Amino acid sequence: MKHTYLLAGLAAGLAPGIAAADELNLICSADIVICELLVERFEEGHDIDVNMVRLSSGEAYAKLRAEARNPQTDLWWAGSGDPHLQAANDKLTHPYESARLSELHDWAVTQAENAEYRTVGVYSGALGWGYNTEILAAKGIEPPKCWADLTDPSLKGEIQIADPNSSGTAYTALATLVQLMGEDEAFAYLAELGANVSQYTKSGSAPVKAAARGETGIGIVFMHDAVAQADEGFPIEVVAPCEGTGYEVGSMSIIDGAYNLEAAKTFYDWALSAEAQNLMPEARSFQLPSNRAAVASEKAPALEDIKLIDYDFAEYGKTDVRQRLLDRWSKEIGAAF
Amino acid sequence: MNSANRSIDIALLLGFAGLLLVPWYHIRSGFFGFDWIGDMLSDPRLWPGLGQIADGRLQLLPVLLLLGFALWLRRSAPGPARGRLLLVLGAAGLGWMIAEGFAIGLRGWSLPLEPLLGAIEGQPAFGAGAVLALLSFSGLFAFGLAERGALRGDGFVLGAIVLLVLLVSAFVAYPILAMFAGAFQDFRGNFTTDGIAANILDPAIWSLGCLSGGGCGVAWRTLFLALCTATGSTLLGLVFALAATRTAMPFKKGLRLLTVLPIITPPFVIGLALTMVMGRAGFVTELLESLTGQELGRWIYGLPGIWIAQVLSFTPISFLVLIGVVEGVSPSMEEASQTLRANRWRTFRRVSLPLMAPGLANAFLIGFIESMADFGNPLILGGNGGVLSTEIFFAVVGAQHDPSRAAVLAIILLCFTLSAFLAQRFWLAGRNFATVSGKGDGGRHAELPLVLGGLVVGIAVLWSLFTLFIYGMILFGGFAKVWGLDHTLTLEHYARAFSVSLEHGFTGVAWNSFWTTMGIALAAAPLTAAVGLLTAWLIVRQRFPGKSVFEFSLMMSFAIPGTVIGISYVMAYNLPPLQMTGSALILIFCFVFRNMPVGVRGGVAAMSQIDSSLDEASLTLGANSARTLRRVILPLLKPAILAALVYSFVRAITSISAVIFLVSAKYNMATAYIVGLVENGEYGIAIAYSSALILVMITVIGGFQLLIGERRLRRRAEDGRKVHNIEAREISA
Repeated sequence: MKHTYLLAGLAAGLAPGIAAADELNLICSADIVICELLVERFEEGHDIDVNMVRLSSGEAYAKLRAEARNPQTDLWWAGSGDPHLQAANDKLTHPYESARLSELHDWAVTQAENAEYRTVGVYSGALGWGYNTEILAAKGIEPPKCWADLTDPSLKGEIQIADPNSSGTAYTALATLVQLMGEDEAFAYLAELGANVSQYTKSGSAPVKAAARGETGIGIVFMHDAVAQADEGFPIEVVAPCEGTGYEVGSMSIIDGAYNLEAAKTFYDWALSAEAQNLMPEARSFQLPSNRAAVASEKAPALEDIKLIDYDFAEYGKTDVRQRLLDRWSKEIGAAF
Repeated sequence: MNSANRSIDIALLLGFAGLLLVPWYHIRSGFFGFDWIGDMLSDPRLWPGLGQIADGRLQLLPVLLLLGFALWLRRSAPGPARGRLLLVLGAAGLGWMIAEGFAIGLRGWSLPLEPLLGAIEGQPAFGAGAVLALLSFSGLFAFGLAERGALRGDGFVLGAIVLLVLLVSAFVAYPILAMFAGAFQDFRGNFTTDGIAANILDPAIWSLGCLSGGGCGVAWRTLFLALCTATGSTLLGLVFALAATRTAMPFKKGLRLLTVLPIITPPFVIGLALTMVMGRAGFVTELLESLTGQELGRWIYGLPGIWIAQVLSFTPISFLVLIGVVEGVSPSMEEASQTLRANRWRTFRRVSLPLMAPGLANAFLIGFIESMADFGNPLILGGNGGVLSTEIFFAVVGAQHDPSRAAVLAIILLCFTLSAFLAQRFWLAGRNFATVSGKGDGGRHAELPLVLGGLVVGIAVLWSLFTLFIYGMILFGGFAKVWGLDHTLTLEHYARAFSVSLEHGFTGVAWNSFWTTMGIALAAAPLTAAVGLLTAWLIVRQRFPGKSVFEFSLMMSFAIPGTVIGISYVMAYNLPPLQMTGSALILIFCFVFRNMPVGVRGGVAAMSQIDSSLDEASLTLGANSARTLRRVILPLLKPAILAALVYSFVRAITSISAVIFLVSAKYNMATAYIVGLVENGEYGIAIAYSSALILVMITVIGGFQLLIGERRLRRRAEDGRKVHNIEAREISA
């Protein structure tokens, strides 16, 4: 990482035959700050040269699929668990049972079991929303506490959520509501909610960024994204819905056919350690780490305050279930917009 | 005769170098690292072709035999008979290498030949040695043709044609075919028509609901937007061109600078600035709301916002196209009209304006295509639904993961752009707009009608101020602590991106992608210019069968949206025989063949102005065509070369949609990095990085501009204008 492209080329040209340090090609699907911090700390402790590129989890999955027969990537860290499960389904990723599995929370291990150990949970975050305190105060609206409150006509045009066709966050929301209410009720609810939605954004975290900058009143997102905006100083208040909510399991997978399998395993084990996961608060990432010994940021939404549903990742990660829900969403909700 | 043998010697030298000296196969760590020199003897994977044959890879034996046969032929007398043998030999070599490359993959047979021929060991992709052998065979093929007397026996021209046809097939046609094939495949590669059937008639694409109060399909929305953008940018471009040439507007020089700015602005930046100024909480919106008492809310999101951003971005390009045309209208025509007692308004409407028609049509076409292909602005300002380019992107990377939908949308987009192109051709065909002739054409342009003049200056000044204001905001955004919240000035973003320390070198987070970007852009620019101008020379000056197909396939790579190019490159070049994913090469090739059409068009335009009697004179005096190209044509094309260099350099830095799939952990590009920052809401550092890139590009372009300027000094005014005209066409195309 420290080597620049030109300098590395020069150095390699001038000094042929010198054995290079081990290499690791990493796709990182989290915030660039935490990506860079992780790589920096890992390189300090290991004799492995990490090449990191940051791609959103959708882009990463598309890339892995396109490269399936001759992968160029060794390890994929972070990004919501759904595409990791899909990749595992497609056998694009490599089964690996880390010795550190025993140190992890149950939800992280379940994620691994669901995927036959082709992936593992590294952090989790619950779905909720952030609202702009100034806008709601100016309009005299009572801050919504529950999913049901969001359909209140006073919030017309004040809500943003991503389009589940493009965003994993919004798909998690869709699946959550279906599990919480039942499918037909969930779509009836979404149609009602649609009356208040001003825009279905493309990116999952865009709604709360819009709310932070006063472009909308409420953004339905993963709560850690809302916390990040509040932490920047924007007037954002974070809400966990009273009826209960779903969550994502940010995951990590080794790519099947990786050229640097040993280096990938080294990083994999390290990334599951409490030491590595404790870096997240430092990079202002507010997800909950998967290692039981790791400490979440004190600003992270406390789990006790959140009513989590028993989200069925296996069922709602299935390709046909996803396709059916997305088609129905496009016909009933997206088309009506 | 000697020269014929010398060409063959060079081809043979290349071939045997490939067989004997350099590694035959692809090296994972990269050829240009030159690590392989040290390990070559010990590691069989690094052996050259001969070693590979000895190692049991008998599929390479024909290569050795064919080259040996060519060596033997070299001793016989040149002539049509030898020519035919060389031709067959070259074709056989090329055909065999392509066939064995596709037939034997990494893990054995890729084609179902195992029952027939038994199991075989896999082989890596083509490496340096194989590439040299391919070059050698194509050279033998071309020189064989020459000896048989094709194209007046000109070996150089034939060699160039063969080489370019190979390159264009490998890097334009092959990935595009791969994309079309993708429409009929599920992702495991099985044939299916489900994807096409489900998507081709999808109401989300074709619905005309907006006519009856609902929402329209994405195809119509995109078409409507493109038409609006093209109209807006053409009109504004015309206003600027008129203001610059026919009014007494102050600061005309400054206009030139404004025209360069949007071309070198990284994507997303204008869209971001617009949301800050005119979004719901932007101060322009708030000002308007307090003035009118109406709640405007989020009016900027959706088509209006994209339209403003696109008109901002593309007006300068249309200005560059139009200014040459507006200047080119012959003053004597206008004077004639006024002598015949037409007033200024009538003269403008009935004489000047119709004579500008080709320019207007060109500007419109460019606005249309640019709007169709634009990705950054719709992504930020898209509102609901988006446009074709963003839909393609999300069909690939979104939760749907539906490549066949992406292929269908890409084909629709391609149909729109190609129809626009054909419509323009058809409309302009058979009319004569030529007013620039060799005859003396003195006189001054007619002044604009008073009212029109005032209007033109007014609009030009207002729009310039608006552009400056937006760019001021962008510059400011890099220094604001948290844009949109805390506007304390700070250098923090620049420090994080570009910090340098004595101890650790370049510690800023941006340096890594910055150096990669510079290295790749600087490598791609001269290649693009060279390939583009060589192609232009062939198209203008040579006749060969299949020329129109060749020209058309070049056009395609430009009209296809970047997202599709990106994905198809990954699919096409991830496996043997050609493997480039994860390397810097794939980025360089992508830029070269994506931007080459611009070099071609610029070169064609410039070369059409150089009388072919010059080449003929040189040929008559005994120079061969290579020497003519080098000593006569190239010096006359200097401005076109420089413009092609600038364009490809800038595009390599600012393009995003194709790049996002081609970047790898090792070679990350600036725009891909900036998009990551924007996605994570790190606007400050994203804008700081973008501003720095803008500065770097201004510096580089300034250097090129100085060279072009010097060139102009030695020409007469008339020529100066032509040069300028070409430039405009190049930048805009």
